[in-house]
Amino acid sequence: MTPLTPPPIDYAAVAPLLIVLGAACVSVLVEAFLPRHQRWPAQVALSVVAIVVAGVTLGVYAGDAPAQGVITLGSTMAVDMPTLFLWGTLLVLGFGSLLLIADRSVEPGGAFVASALERASAGAAPGSTTGPSGVDPEHVDRSYGAPGDAPTMQTEVFPFTLFALGGMMAFVAANDLLTMFVALEVLSLPLYLMCGLARRRRLLSQEAAVKYFLLGAFASAFFLYGVALLYGYAGSVRLSAIAEAAVGTDRSDALLFGGLALLIVGLLFKGSVGPFHTWTPDVYQGAPTPATAFMAACTKVAAFGAIARVLYVAFGSTRWEWRGVLWAVAIASMVIGAVLGLTQTDLKRMIAYSSIAHAGFLLLGTMAITQAGTSGTLFYLLAYGFTTIAVFGIISLVRTADGEATHLSQWAGLAKRSPLLAGVMTFLLLALAGIPLTSGFTAKFAVFSAALSDGMAPLVVVALVASAIAAFFYLRVVVLMYFSETPADGPTVSVPGAFTTVAITLGVVVTLLLGVAPTLVLDWAGAGGFTG
Amino acid sequence: MIALAPLLFVLPALGALINFLAGRRANAWGHWLGVATVVASFVIGLLLFFETLGLAPEERTREVSLFDWIASGSLNVDFGLRLDPLSLTFVLLITGVGSLIHIYSVGYMSHDPGRRRFFAQLNLFVAAMLILVLGNNFVMLYLGWEGVGLASYLLIGFYQDRPSAATAAKKAFLMNRVGDVGLAVAIFLIWLELGTLQYTDVFARIGEVPGGTVLAITILLLLGACGKSGQFPLQSWLPDAMEGPTPVSALIHAATMVTAGVYLIARTSPIYNLTETGRLIVSLVGVVTLLIGAVIGCAYDDIKKVLAYSTVSQIGYMILAVGLGPAGYALGIFHLLTHGFFKAGLFLGAGSVMHAMNDDVNMRHFGGLGKHMKITFVTFGLGYLALIGFPFLSGYFSKDAIIEAAFAQEGWQGWVFGGAATLAAGLTAFYMTRLMIMTFFGKERWRELKGPDGKDYHPHESPATMTVPMIVLAFGSVLGGFLLYSIGLYEWLAPSVGELRELEGGVLPHALVPWLVVAFSLLGVVIAYLVVGRRPTPVERPSPVSVPVRAARRDLYANTINETLIERPGIWLTRALVFVDNRGVDGAVNGIAAGLGGGSGRLRRLQTGFVRSYALSMLGGSVLVVAALLAVRFA
Repeated sequence: MTPLTPPPIDYAAVAPLLIVLGAACVSVLVEAFLPRHQRWPAQVALSVVAIVVAGVTLGVYAGDAPAQGVITLGSTMAVDMPTLFLWGTLLVLGFGSLLLIADRSVEPGGAFVASALERASAGAAPGSTTGPSGVDPEHVDRSYGAPGDAPTMQTEVFPFTLFALGGMMAFVAANDLLTMFVALEVLSLPLYLMCGLARRRRLLSQEAAVKYFLLGAFASAFFLYGVALLYGYAGSVRLSAIAEAAVGTDRSDALLFGGLALLIVGLLFKGSVGPFHTWTPDVYQGAPTPATAFMAACTKVAAFGAIARVLYVAFGSTRWEWRGVLWAVAIASMVIGAVLGLTQTDLKRMIAYSSIAHAGFLLLGTMAITQAGTSGTLFYLLAYGFTTIAVFGIISLVRTADGEATHLSQWAGLAKRSPLLAGVMTFLLLALAGIPLTSGFTAKFAVFSAALSDGMAPLVVVALVASAIAAFFYLRVVVLMYFSETPADGPTVSVPGAFTTVAITLGVVVTLLLGVAPTLVLDWAGAGGFTG
Repeated sequence: MIALAPLLFVLPALGALINFLAGRRANAWGHWLGVATVVASFVIGLLLFFETLGLAPEERTREVSLFDWIASGSLNVDFGLRLDPLSLTFVLLITGVGSLIHIYSVGYMSHDPGRRRFFAQLNLFVAAMLILVLGNNFVMLYLGWEGVGLASYLLIGFYQDRPSAATAAKKAFLMNRVGDVGLAVAIFLIWLELGTLQYTDVFARIGEVPGGTVLAITILLLLGACGKSGQFPLQSWLPDAMEGPTPVSALIHAATMVTAGVYLIARTSPIYNLTETGRLIVSLVGVVTLLIGAVIGCAYDDIKKVLAYSTVSQIGYMILAVGLGPAGYALGIFHLLTHGFFKAGLFLGAGSVMHAMNDDVNMRHFGGLGKHMKITFVTFGLGYLALIGFPFLSGYFSKDAIIEAAFAQEGWQGWVFGGAATLAAGLTAFYMTRLMIMTFFGKERWRELKGPDGKDYHPHESPATMTVPMIVLAFGSVLGGFLLYSIGLYEWLAPSVGELRELEGGVLPHALVPWLVVAFSLLGVVIAYLVVGRRPTPVERPSPVSVPVRAARRDLYANTINETLIERPGIWLTRALVFVDNRGVDGAVNGIAAGLGGGSGRLRRLQTGFVRSYALSMLGGSVLVVAALLAVRFA
């Protein structure tokens, strides 16, 4: 028996990932051993410090990272320029989401609780249509604070967030399909749980969690089956090995393309690309808004980072075979997102359909197996992520006694009562619609021009038409806010706490900056390609 | 000294700005500020003029670059000034006549609550006009061009509570736009061909441009000139512009702005020198206009409108002159200067009469005013003599020179241009004599009448602020022509518009022409005396009248033609477009929107909320993707 030699590890390269995952483990210990009232400050401090330190480490490493990238951990991780950019994106977006998650001022005690009974003990207002009511106070579980105490928060959400973030970072860096699958599960499981933690509208939240879990498991199965077929084809799960096999063998292509199809279905599901989007509206609507922000921004980054890597590294040489199919998927996604968004009456569902349309746009960039396509996609992910976090931050501020007022009719005439909020929301919606001087325009321009120069003109035309259709439902919100009469029992606008203010400000400033001066970030995004 | 040049237009612009922004606080002193800035500009203009006079002729063209104005890709425009004899001549005319008219306005507008606004707009006009003539590139020309258009619009509509003034302002603005489009397109063409808009570069390289394009540029520039200078076919706004206060009519619509077209053609003379056809078209426009103006002038009873059509006609002479090419540029400028003096004087005189007659403009209500306002009578009379070309007054020198040059053309052009110009000189004498007789001589018809405001007329001489400028301008009318001629205006202008070519050949002996013109003018005076002077003038307009008079009273149907050819089809087109927009475009847009909305509503039902159906749709999608990929591979 030959002695096992541990593979060499480039610790500097993977340090940000290790820091985030390590912090997640510490966070579990904090949850287990600290008394309840100390957990929130400890968890917030730990998470913030972990993300900031990971970010600094990443920055230091990226300063003199080799341009062609590093493959480490026994060739399971590829830390190349796109990985570094995606890690950076994930960390800043994760930071923004974490601020929303940690906020306890908008929803007293925070948006996260564990059980239905918790709501009663937290002294929330009755009258929720979906939550259970009339709970017998004798049977209230007191372990999370006595009635009359200040409502408390389910601090497990912090380790969840950190684990999910770590999983996403591993996901976009994974250099073989098995690592990718493990990372997929690491990022997914905490997300399922986070969906079910809403303080208000418990049933909707738990239903969303179950749906997401069931469909996610279904998609994971597709992914795994695809991995199996590809292993059968190439004899390896490494992306570069698959690429080599596709060029230099006469093995049956049925395994290759069958495997690709199933693999890509699993990935498209995570990216909420139509027609694998069905979970998105329900989950976005049901999940606590900060968790929705996290999912919408970071999961999108992770999924499209992985899709871009798989297509670029493993299937770059066979692009002419699969591109037609992805054309159809992209068109379906853009049309579904834009058209179905038209008749949505719930703001969170509307943003969900918007994200499906955006997923279609993003697919254009990933399909262009060129440097411009990669950098455009990366830029788009960053821009979209920040805008989305700010949008959900704003949504969490408009409330009635019963929680967030997400029905469109409740937003009527909001500009009269809160001109600042309406102005910011208008700016963000314009960014989602892709109006110049916002990051949305620059991002769309980068992706569309990359697609155009790679011979996808018809697709770009469809994308432009879809953008035009989608602009309608964004602008409808603007019109509602500015030109409609305020309903008598309209929602109130909460004064955001420091955390939410910072998160929204960050999103708005980045949206504006990327719209006005995009070159710097575009240069970073285009610093280097994927390494296989 | 040249460093002072920007102050020329900066001072009036500041005056305008302060008067516009200071509000009521400036009511007490705003008008004096307006006067001071323009007078200061005039002094600076004089200093620069004498400095330039001291230079050798070839050094008299100087450029001052102030800053990079527009730097965008290959379009680079300098904010720079060109100080040469042509621009300095205009500077002196604008600021000199401008100063006099500003002073006059202090008296004329003394009872008007909007006096500060009036001076602000007048200063704005002076500043814009100075930018127009001083700029060293076409974009600055266009800036000034639009600036004077704006100032003119504001001033015509100064009495904004009168619907007729508002309409006249709109009309002037719209007809100017037509011309402006021509100028703009000409500038675009020049840039397209040469990639530069600096005068020096354009004139140095215009020879590289193909002949057809040069012709197009000259015609488009002429269109611009026609709009601003009230030339055929865009002449009909100028008489309506008399709705503005009389100093405005004198300054803008007689002495300065309407000569911008002449300036434009003289300034771009290197382009016009290249195309005989282009110059011919210019001359034809001038000839048609000078006849139209003279004929219509005979039929009006409104003192200001007669003078307005006289202006149209006199500018026609100038355009005719510059259309004659190197033989005429300097002549056109010469007539422009003398005309600036005597026409401004005439308008100020008319304003003085109106001031005395309760703002009435109908000459049939006047009569015998000479005794009551002696200074006005004398100064107006001198302006009148200058205009009809009384020997050795200023009009005699400048107008005769143009008619001589016209007769010096060969073939039909000599006969047509010279003949028309001579005929119009006779008509000018007729209508101006008619005006003189109806206003200052004969029976005092106003004694039995009430003014337009319902009060009796009490004719009186105007205050000194009004009479002094009139006296100064009268001196100009008498001596201007001789002075300008004898100090060598033609040589002075030579660096800008080229040497004046000596007249040779032509259809008539040169010595004969002055006699002919004087004879025609005399004939006009005599006929006017016979027709108007010997019979009592009816207070009401006689009708019916003969066909030519009826046509002239209706502006030779210019408005009717505009309405039939432009306005009606325009209205029909608008209505048709509105119809198409409502039914076609809106229908399509609403249809698409309804279709999408309906589709959305139906598709929405697929989102049932059941996990099983979601999973089914995912499975369906996956099967399709797998099938499609395999099909692509094995097809």
